[in-house]
Amino acid sequence: MTTVVEDENQGTSGPAAIGGGRVIEHDVLDVTHGPILYLDDITVSFDGFKALNNLTLTVEAGELRCIIGPNGAGKTTMMDVITGKTRPDSGTAFFGQTIDLLRMTEPQIAHAGIGRKFQKPTVFEQHTVFENLELAMKTDKRVRRSLFAKLDSAHGDLIAATLEQIKLAQAPDRPAGLLSHGQKQWLEIGMLLMQEPRLLLLDEPVAGMTDAETERTAELFNSLAGKHTLVVVEHDMDFVGAIARTVTVLHEGSVLAEGAMDVVQNDERVIEVYLGR
Amino acid sequence: MHRSGPGALFGPRGWGAVIAALILICAVAPLLNLVVPKGSLFHLSDFSVSLIGKIMCYAIVALAMDLIWGYTGILSLGHGLFFALGGYAFGMYLMRSIGLDGVYKSPLPDFMVFLDWKAYPWYWSFTEHFLYACLLVVLVPGVLAFVFGYFAFRSRIKGVYFSIITQAMTFAFMLLFFRNDTGFGGNNGFTDFKRILDYPIFTPQMRMVLFVLSGLALVGTLLLARWIVSSKLGRVLTAIRDAESRVMFSGYDPLWYKLFIWTLSAVLCGIAGALYVPQVGIINPGEMSPANSIEIAIWVAVGGRGTLIGPIVGAFLVNGARSWFTVAFPEYWLFFLGAIFIAVTLFLPNGVVGLVAQLRAKRREKKLSAKPA
Repeated sequence: MTTVVEDENQGTSGPAAIGGGRVIEHDVLDVTHGPILYLDDITVSFDGFKALNNLTLTVEAGELRCIIGPNGAGKTTMMDVITGKTRPDSGTAFFGQTIDLLRMTEPQIAHAGIGRKFQKPTVFEQHTVFENLELAMKTDKRVRRSLFAKLDSAHGDLIAATLEQIKLAQAPDRPAGLLSHGQKQWLEIGMLLMQEPRLLLLDEPVAGMTDAETERTAELFNSLAGKHTLVVVEHDMDFVGAIARTVTVLHEGSVLAEGAMDVVQNDERVIEVYLGR
Repeated sequence: MHRSGPGALFGPRGWGAVIAALILICAVAPLLNLVVPKGSLFHLSDFSVSLIGKIMCYAIVALAMDLIWGYTGILSLGHGLFFALGGYAFGMYLMRSIGLDGVYKSPLPDFMVFLDWKAYPWYWSFTEHFLYACLLVVLVPGVLAFVFGYFAFRSRIKGVYFSIITQAMTFAFMLLFFRNDTGFGGNNGFTDFKRILDYPIFTPQMRMVLFVLSGLALVGTLLLARWIVSSKLGRVLTAIRDAESRVMFSGYDPLWYKLFIWTLSAVLCGIAGALYVPQVGIINPGEMSPANSIEIAIWVAVGGRGTLIGPIVGAFLVNGARSWFTVAFPEYWLFFLGAIFIAVTLFLPNGVVGLVAQLRAKRREKKLSAKPA
């Protein structure tokens, strides 16, 4: 199970204390230098078309980063690379200092602490809301454990708290397939939270939501930032304006501009390719 | 939904039905067949006993199919192979126990004498031991399914591609088993069995023992399947069926889940095959023909996928209809089977069990609307 090295001075036992250096532990997320995600020089091409073109991007731990860009800029492909769905042709991708994402499978990456919400809300439609959260919950996810798994009260409380957080406390037994589009989006966000990820990748999380729902989602994201790191891909500029600290603009597979919302909004090149005059 | 413990497998009515089935299988059927005299109205004929015994084996296969197809969404069109392999594995023991009573009075089976073989091939070693044969019944389909499944699921072969490959696999094995050199009797397969554990095989008592064992295996399979699908593992399987990518990004590796249920399903088929062969007295490569495997899917579709009880109902309905049809209109059976399948696909997407549930819901609605609130 992944633990987190927050401060190297806390642990005084073991070889680290003897040598004075720091022992790199396998599968332990290490964010001692700040960044939680490093993408370096990533290139992905599909039949000659470069979906990502020498993309280099760093996200600090605890940050709430928004990524915008026109269609085909490579936003979804970038998430595919981070979560192991697509392997890049070249480049490196690290989670913290030590975890090489390019050597891991999708479930391993999920276990290491990266959660992903798809563009189209993807929940288990035949299962109830409660069961959806139960399945997503951070626990031993191997076959034998699942066969004998019992839900203890601590987990039940965790699910209840998450139900409250995603405003579905009234409908734990409703099949997820019967939820509205916006509710499905929230359920999927709730499932991510149950995974207790360190890094959340959210692909268009407010698509299809009403204004009120969008507003509440913005509140939720703002409250999550700090404890979690969020990377949000979104087209809704009002929503981006409501949550963003730092905005990264992607264009043709690489970073076009990066900075505070108003800086990016006034960048000539960004206006050219994306925001429109 | 979130209950646990064995009591949660069924409601009180469900457990009542399970116990009733056990009483029928273990007490009522033997009584009516062996004790009640022939000619009495209540006598259960030998024909019925062997027919029901056979169909109960098919029902186990249908249940196994439901686990992998109905619950996990993986349509196998090769389950007849695992059934046949279980049958062949136990058939080897049955052949060895013929002893010197074959046509040629040789310690070797007749087909080996016919091929002028002087000794058993290596893979027949130890098959004279009953327990070893039972082990093979589980291991041969299990290992084959595990290895095949590992490569197929690891390569993320899904949907119709997986179905086609399983179909090709059973076809390839059928061709292999048709060859005399393979050492399993070629197209005649195994037959002329004489005894099991030194008891003669074609006696009413033995027929009843095999009937009861098949019935117990069916009930046991149902309980096991029910336990699995109501566990968290069962919910993961259904989740894989409905949204596999979400399962992966939630941290589950679908490979091992699929492999578990796929291998278990194959082992259950093997056990069913081993119970089937002594009851019908023959096993030949025809059991591996692609059509047989497709029929298994039809039983499940007719009864209702993803319901456990549906596949049992489907196996009984289709095979019951077959036994009547092949006597009454032997030429038209396959047309009828095809028609059933088309009708079910068009009008009963959830099978017979789904239809019953639908009717019940309607009646409840009527009752509610009749009573003004």
